[in-house]
Amino acid sequence: MNELLLRLGHSVGHKVLGFYAQSEHGIGRGNPDIQDYIMHHVKDQVVIPFHLLGIDLSITKHVIMLWLAAMVLMISLPLIVRSKSLIPRGPINFVEWIIVFLKENVIEPYLGRDANRYAPYFLTAFFFVITCNLLGLVPMGSTATGDISVTIALALFTMFLVQYSAIKQNGVVGYLKSFVPSNVPQIMVPIIFIVEVMSMLTKHFALAIRLFANMVAGHLVIFTILSLIFMFKNFLVSPFPVFGIIFISLLEILIALIQAYIFTVLSAVFLGLAIRPNH
Amino acid sequence: MWERAFAFLAAGIGAIGSVIGGAYGISLIAKSSVENIARQPESANDIRGVMIITAAMIEGVALLALIICFLLVFK
Repeated sequence: MNELLLRLGHSVGHKVLGFYAQSEHGIGRGNPDIQDYIMHHVKDQVVIPFHLLGIDLSITKHVIMLWLAAMVLMISLPLIVRSKSLIPRGPINFVEWIIVFLKENVIEPYLGRDANRYAPYFLTAFFFVITCNLLGLVPMGSTATGDISVTIALALFTMFLVQYSAIKQNGVVGYLKSFVPSNVPQIMVPIIFIVEVMSMLTKHFALAIRLFANMVAGHLVIFTILSLIFMFKNFLVSPFPVFGIIFISLLEILIALIQAYIFTVLSAVFLGLAIRPNH
Repeated sequence: MWERAFAFLAAGIGAIGSVIGGAYGISLIAKSSVENIARQPESANDIRGVMIITAAMIEGVALLALIICFLLVFK
């Protein structure tokens, strides 16, 4: 408990000292220092610089958070599901509830027969996204899904899975034909084909942007409210931002859960639309 | 200096449109979902699922506009 308070105080003190160190340079500039402070804490922070053949492969804080999320899941889930009794008790009860909830409400309505084949991907995606989102709310952690590269990578997984499944089921020619409904006059086929391809790309891109924007917006609001104290330069203002930050952190926990669920649901919807076209 | 001033102004005006559009869209969803739950209480779970999903999709678009405003301010 003492150690936790010490680490909390250390991290808050680090932020305060960082702000004052920056404002020593620009007295009278006011706003850009607060901007630098906010952006410094929302953007990525390099921990170990590492260049390879001209590509920047530095170990940043988001990379460490990704590894941490993967290790948490890989270590804890096999230990949790190890119990052999038929009646689940304790953590396995909770994990089973999540899995059954997802399987019944998300995977089976949209996928039907192929639910068991694709269920591992959706469950993995859900647990990974929710672990990454919640690790961002821990005092020394940062949100790995608050990085556009991570969310685009997750959306690309979904997109490649959808394309691969559609091609495997319909063949390449059938997959290309599935973009255009069958009773369309011949002259509009190119236009509709282009529109449908763009709509497919946009849907997956929006999947990435939705997750990224929700995570970044939450942290940005928290840091902006925290910097109200610095803007007023008076410690008596501090109860109001602190209460605001408590409520917004609670809202952010809710949004982290909902966004992970939405990512999984929309991935299942896209895959279901591709595998079982209803036109 | 004038570029920064116009950037801040543009970010503010952009936030107006995104917030109004997002709030209006989500309020339409909430209105029709609450009305239909009141009309038929046993479909509450299905309607709740659809409501959450569509609200998150609309909010995704509104947050896309918000990201553009942040890019204007911080670059």
